[in-house]
Amino acid sequence: MSTASNTARANILGRLKAAPGRPGPDLPPWTPPTYADKLARFRQMAEANHAEIHDVTASNWPQRLATLLNNRGLRNLMIAPGTPRGDALVQAAAQGVPLPPLVPYDQSVEALKDALVHQVDAGLTGTRGAIAETGTLILWPTAQEPRLLSLLPPLHIAVLEEDTLHDTLAAAVRDQGWAAAGMPTNALLISGPSKTSDIEQTLAYGVHGPKELIILLVKKGE
Amino acid sequence: MAADGGHHPEHAPRFAERAPDALNNPQLRRNFRRAMDGLMAKRAAQFPDPAYWAELRARGAAVKARALAKLPDLLERLETNLTANGVQVHWAETTEEANAIVLGILQQAGARTVIKGKSMVSEEMHLNAHLERHGITAVESDLGEYIIQLAGETPSHIVMPCIHKNKAEISDLFAEKIPDQPRTDDVDELTAAARRVLRERFANADAGISGVNFAVAETGTLVLIENEGNGRLSTTLPPLHIAVTGIEKVVEFLDDVPPLLALLTRSATGQPITTYVNMISGPRKAGEKDGPTAVHLVLLDAGRSRVYQDVELADTLRCIRCAACMNHCPVYTRVGGHTYNAIYPGPIGKILTPQLQGLDAAGDQPHASTLCNACAEVCPVKIPIPDLLVRLRREAVRPTETPATHLPVVKDGGAERSWKESLVWAGWRLVYTRPLLYRMVTRALAWGGNWVPASAPLMRDWTKARARPRFKPRTLHDLARERGYLNEVPK
Repeated sequence: MSTASNTARANILGRLKAAPGRPGPDLPPWTPPTYADKLARFRQMAEANHAEIHDVTASNWPQRLATLLNNRGLRNLMIAPGTPRGDALVQAAAQGVPLPPLVPYDQSVEALKDALVHQVDAGLTGTRGAIAETGTLILWPTAQEPRLLSLLPPLHIAVLEEDTLHDTLAAAVRDQGWAAAGMPTNALLISGPSKTSDIEQTLAYGVHGPKELIILLVKKGE
Repeated sequence: MAADGGHHPEHAPRFAERAPDALNNPQLRRNFRRAMDGLMAKRAAQFPDPAYWAELRARGAAVKARALAKLPDLLERLETNLTANGVQVHWAETTEEANAIVLGILQQAGARTVIKGKSMVSEEMHLNAHLERHGITAVESDLGEYIIQLAGETPSHIVMPCIHKNKAEISDLFAEKIPDQPRTDDVDELTAAARRVLRERFANADAGISGVNFAVAETGTLVLIENEGNGRLSTTLPPLHIAVTGIEKVVEFLDDVPPLLALLTRSATGQPITTYVNMISGPRKAGEKDGPTAVHLVLLDAGRSRVYQDVELADTLRCIRCAACMNHCPVYTRVGGHTYNAIYPGPIGKILTPQLQGLDAAGDQPHASTLCNACAEVCPVKIPIPDLLVRLRREAVRPTETPATHLPVVKDGGAERSWKESLVWAGWRLVYTRPLLYRMVTRALAWGGNWVPASAPLMRDWTKARARPRFKPRTLHDLARERGYLNEVPK
């Protein structure tokens, strides 16, 4: 921090501390909503957000994904090697599941920038759960599963386990212990594909991020 | 009421002088009416249960009020935790200082091109122009901001910056400014054109600049919300990220974010949540493959710590910039954002701008209101905007002093004081406290008031924006006596 910034800091904090004190109010009670059927609410809201949901199982999802991608005629799929989902796809491809060529996000963005910005058709990530109230996915990108994997490719595919649903963001922050665990470099809430309504309040998808969001919902115990 | 002529020689045209242009522009009025009607309906649909709305906004207002009560403490905690996370924190008292800090960081990194996410604080700084003067190109990436940057205009709304333009105007603009772009009325095609151009800008940018919606002291986290993904790109793809924010954006706990987020997106655009909520707690760590390797936060005061000195006026600082007040404002809807000639238009701007810039520069703004209370009814953090408008009108003519410094509480307090207005009020008081004089004056006006020409002194000021008063031939007292009302003498 520069000298000027230090002076500014002292002056700003000095003025704020010299101001008349004021009592901070106690927080009035607020009960965020809960849902008897979290999955139904999630489905309804995620679809309202323009996400496409496919019910899959822990064993058939690579095959289902291959069908979805081939129906769309996609040229490739970027994956995160070293994650359970990424490795499962590599293994499935080796066993003959007709997936498009898998592109690993295995180097820094500087090395992969051109592919990421121009060539990759789809990216696959896991999720850290989801929020029923708003149909929202929770992603905490990691060293293995980088931030841009869910952003630059025109199609984002997210794998969501159905037993990781929370009623609300408030419940997820509390139950997953975000504050205590320490926040990651980047935590994301994603609710549908990239969109804008800046031109005459008309919705258009894929303005900068993915045009489409596909959620593979892994059903429990199947 | 405007002050005496010649009192503000250096000013750009004031609100009352600018308003007729907007009012007489049917296309502009159609664009705003349509947009505001849509936004009001969408917001209303998000708060179907009045009891839940009351509970949620009480919580949101209290969260912000509590954060303000502890503001200096929270700013220090925010700085400590951000620094521990590897974010470099800078402080700026003025927008000039903030510009110098941002420029210094960029120059040190050798940055030539910058991609920007939407940030009203950067508009307040006139950051793009400052960078341009020093040979750094700053490209706006929010679609609305990109459109107005191409047009060489300023935002007319704090959430939807190009709301004043319709798609035909945008189509013409793109055809003129983007190579090989044909005219099209298809919004998807216009959006795709912007994506094509801006994607290259993202890929080649040396730095990204963004604003901040909430800065969480507890964890050292910057929360940014958006729908387009340009905010995530600006803060993820370039090797350097600089965030700029006003000091009032800090909240204490991560648990404070969910109620504020629920209020903000529903109030702003009628969405239960935006597509992206982007929470940044540091630069790229060892082993991580993307994200900027350096993250900076510039904390800007620019008059906010002065607003903080007055406990009533400090409610202004609760604002979470949802723009619901302008969407519901009958004045804003009719004149649009540019008429205010201010970074923050509409009701929140009418209380914020005079406090940040002073009552000399913006003392007319609190008068651009009917005090209808619509803004207060929809404000998600319960800012009593009409009360503060009235307070600022008073400060502009009869300033209160800060006890410690004997300076006006609001910058340039008293700037709107006018001898004509003072004279009228002094005369009014004289007449209304003396029954005999009152009878004489009302009788005189009843007899000859209508002969006073509209061009007479004082009358001229009144009739500038109002119909000429018509005096009835008989006074109220005459009529009352005729109907048999008795003059009750208090015992």
